Order: sequence, then structure tokens, then C-alpha cells
Amino acid sequence: MTDKITVRAEAERLFAFFKAAGAMPVDADLLQPADTLLDLYGEDIRARAYVTQDPDRGEMMLRPDFTVPVVQTHMEHGGEPARYTYLGEVFRKQQAGSRRATEYLQVGYEVFDRADPERADAEVFSLFNEALSPLGLRPATGDIGILKAAVETLETTERRKNALMRHIWRPRRFRTLLDRFTGRVEMDPSRKLLLEKVAKEGAEKLIMAAGPEIGLRSRADVLARIEALQAEAAVPPISSNQAQVLDEILSIRETLPNAHQHLRDITVDLPGLGPSVERMARRMAALQDAGVEVSELPFEASYGRTTMEYYDGFVFGFLAEARPDLPPVATGGRYDALTRVLGRGQEIPAVGGVVRPELVQQLREGLA
Amino acid sequence: MTTLKLGVPSKGRLMDKTFDWFADRGVEMRRSGSDREYSAHVDGADVDLVLLSAGEIPRELQAGRIDLGVTGSDLVRERIPAWQDVVKELHPMGFGFADLIIAVPAFWIDVNSIDDLDAAAADFRRRHGHRLRIATKYHRLVREFLREAGVADYQLVDSQGATEGTVKNLTAEAIADITSTGETLRANHLTILQGGLIHRSQAVLFKSRMAEWSPQKRATLQELLDKLS
Repeated sequence: MTDKITVRAEAERLFAFFKAAGAMPVDADLLQPADTLLDLYGEDIRARAYVTQDPDRGEMMLRPDFTVPVVQTHMEHGGEPARYTYLGEVFRKQQAGSRRATEYLQVGYEVFDRADPERADAEVFSLFNEALSPLGLRPATGDIGILKAAVETLETTERRKNALMRHIWRPRRFRTLLDRFTGRVEMDPSRKLLLEKVAKEGAEKLIMAAGPEIGLRSRADVLARIEALQAEAAVPPISSNQAQVLDEILSIRETLPNAHQHLRDITVDLPGLGPSVERMARRMAALQDAGVEVSELPFEASYGRTTMEYYDGFVFGFLAEARPDLPPVATGGRYDALTRVLGRGQEIPAVGGVVRPELVQQLREGLA
Repeated sequence: MTTLKLGVPSKGRLMDKTFDWFADRGVEMRRSGSDREYSAHVDGADVDLVLLSAGEIPRELQAGRIDLGVTGSDLVRERIPAWQDVVKELHPMGFGFADLIIAVPAFWIDVNSIDDLDAAAADFRRRHGHRLRIATKYHRLVREFLREAGVADYQLVDSQGATEGTVKNLTAEAIADITSTGETLRANHLTILQGGLIHRSQAVLFKSRMAEWSPQKRATLQELLDKLS
């Protein structure tokens, strides 16, 4: 049992390290308004965060992470560019029977900088790399931006692209949608029946006959979606060629230089991917400049798809290979879109990461 | 503690059917004293009957204050996290059937599957500025089901009763609730979503894994199980 004092000392050490790197220390409330987090993460966050009730402020959550409050603080009155660091507890509900920690310290480093996003990616990664270097961890990297660009370049309707984009972080639902849009699975029989009936009798008549209009979702909403379904049924499937390329991208798992070469080859067929592959090259160069050994750095195109829902560009993690029972020691990534959602009309490129000092401390003890 | 404690529903059809189910298998239960007294016993066995509301039985099983209990499988799944580690299903009892389903307004002719619900939720959020609300009292079961199915942009709102009325009252767009015949749904202009069956519930005899199982109690349980099988 690692004691709290030792863990805190480790946390202070990391905090000092990030301060020395030029970050301004910030803090955040332990009680966060639940609405913001629910709107951002969806209902699933209830299973992962502790919810409590305040008589005046309504539902509150025990801070499940710092990123949201730090982004909010920055968007409200932060200067630019800005580098922040923080140290404090976060709280995560765990599944019954799981013995994972429900409260632990996090030390984070976040960069809000418009100048050179790829250099900022490299700065954050290399700082974490340096802070954790004695532990011999396995780094993992990925790029959600590549996946988004791949979806964006598909030759199909905006509606289909939006549907795929919305489920990038839910691989199973993404697969179901892709199978449907490529015609690999047939149209749902109930959908087919509906469209036949609509063609024969007209949507409005069917809606009227089905029952009275109740609730906020109106007849106009239903009608609009039926029109979208009709349009969707008339659109040709996404070509199997394009679907194969998408599958190929999703399964890339190589060293960073090889993955980059592989993606460049794909760009020949999929020119739309070009800008994000160039970003990847710039990031690779910036990593090299920052002293990171990129030739052996792993890159996994699907990394971060299941766990890191607000990241939309570069993503990374540091894992203790000898201890598969432990969660990642550090994770991070780029979250430009989050600043847009929380910024009320403003946005700024942002990248950051967090480290869990109690894991660092445990691993350090193991080394000693 | 040597006497086996069996929790059974304290009133209504669920209690009557529980008594009948055991009687059919040669285990006579009766209430001691008047009809209003909440104690009972089992003839010819070292078993204490504990009369409880069906909703409290999961909690008592979880605490190990009762060794066995009869309650709905839906309540156990909703109220006990990692329920398989806490209780064991001994016998599905073949009554108290009810399905936990998702229902939407009947005029939503475009929503027939879970896929449709997900897509409609995305459209709804874009058009109305908030997530599609689903009223329920089965928060855990519904949330786990929708997460498994990959549904996003929905919100659960708590409804402890008259859930079918929430859509008309504009406090929810859809509901997730227990239904046995579907009549109340129809009367409220709602229809069951295909593929929206979350759990098929019935009364089940549960064993608590948290209770202290002395050799005597184990022997009593074995005798009882021999009769019940």
C-alpha cells in the first residue's frame, strides 16, 4: 500500500517539473456542475462519475477530470498563448468488484497555442516522455485527426459522414453504420417496409394515422427524418474500394515513420487525406527536434478510439508493459473541438495530458 | 444462526403466487396470526419467513440479512451492482412476468429500431438544442443497454410512477418502463420499440452469496431445494 504522503510528494515533483517547463499553476473546484459534463460526455458519465445534489446548484459531480474546468477558465479569461499545470484529486466510480482506485491525484499540463499545433503536440509528448523516462514505459500514439479526415474524404453524403463522425468513438456502432452505407448489410426490413408504405400513401397521411402528436419531437421532426431516409435510400452505397481503404487506415499499427509512409501511399488514392498526413509529418519532425526517438515510436491509427472521447487529433499514452493490471500511467491528446463546445463561439487549438503520480510512485518502488 | 431466512413479498398477487408456487412443491407457508401480521413460517422446515416489500428484497439479499428471497429479476439487476457476485438465481418461478422495454410515441413512424432511436436522438438534439429525454426508474439497466447498443445524445430523466404520461406532459420524449400487456402504453399513444427489449423479468428465487452459510443452513437449503426441484 503506497501511502498518500509519498504519492503526494511524487505529485509535487511532477507539478514542479511542469512549472519549470513554463506552465502557470491553476486549480479547479472539486464540485463541477453535472449539466456541462453530461452534455459533453452523454449519460455514460453517470456510471463513471460521482453525482451529488446541491439545493441551489442542482446536480453536481465530483470532478472526474481537470480538462473541462481548465478549458472553461482559459476560455473565460485566459491570455494567449497559455501553458497550465495543475495537481489535485479526481474521482471515478469503478465497476463493482473492480479494485481500481476511485479517487486519485492527477498532475496535468495543458497548452493553448495557435502558433504551431504540431510543435505543441511534440512539446507535450516530449515533456511527459522526459518526466516518465526512468520508468521504462511503452509509449503509444495515434491520431484521431487522420480518422476524421478519412471519413471526410469518403465520396458520399454529408449526412452519412456526420453519422460516421458522430460515432468515431464508438467503434461498434461505427462499423454497423459503415456496413450499412457500403451495402455490406441489407436495409433493415422495417425501414424497407416504411419506405414502401410512404411511397404508396404519403408520409403525412401515415403520420396522422399512426397517432396523435405528443411530446416535443413533432410531426415536422418525423417528416424531416422520413425525407432524410428517402434521400438516403436513393444514394448509391459507398464504394467497396473506399471502404477497404478506410479499413486499411483503421488497422494501421506500425512505427511512426512506417505508419506515415503507409498513409502517404494511401494519399495517392485518397488525396483528401493529404493535409492530415502532412500534419503528421510536421509533428514527427517536431518530435525529433524535441529529442524524441521517433524511429521506434509506435503509432496505432485506432488508438484512443474507445477511451478518449474528446480528443480529435494527436493522442498518446504511456503504459507499464510489465504491469498489464495497471491503467495507463499517463494519457493525453489534442482537443480543439472541446474548446469550441465550451468556448461559446470562441475556440483555440489545445493539447495536454495527465499523469497519475500514484502509479509513477508504485513503479518507482518496483524499480528500487 | 441456524434458521434459514427466506424473504417473500409481503402483499398482493406476488405474495399469493409465491405461497402457491411453494405449496405446489409441497412446501406449505402460512401467515401466523391475523392476515395483517407481517410474520409467517414454513411447515416442517427450519425456515423463517420474512415478509418484505418486493423492492426491499434485493437490498436485504445484498446485505446478507436474508439467505433466500423471492423478487423480480429486474429489481435485482437494477439495484445490485455486479449482481451475479452477490446473489445466485436458484429458480425462475414462472410468474410475475413483465418486460422492461423502450416505448416511443406511436406517430414516430420513422423510429422502429435502436438504430433509428440513435439517429432520431442526434436529429432531435440538433433541432431542439438538448438531448432526447427518456423517462425511467430503471436507470442502470437502461443506461447499460443503450451503451451496449451505442446510442448517444439521450438523457435519462427520473420517473418513479405514471411514466407513460411523461411524453404527453413534455417532460420526456420516450420512456423505458415495465409492461406486461401493453394496454397502458396504447392508451397513452406509445408503442414498443422493436429491439428495445431491455430485460424480460419474472419472479425468481434468489440465494444470497453474502449471507453466512453455516453447515446447518446449507443442510436446510439442500432439503428445501430437493423439494423444489
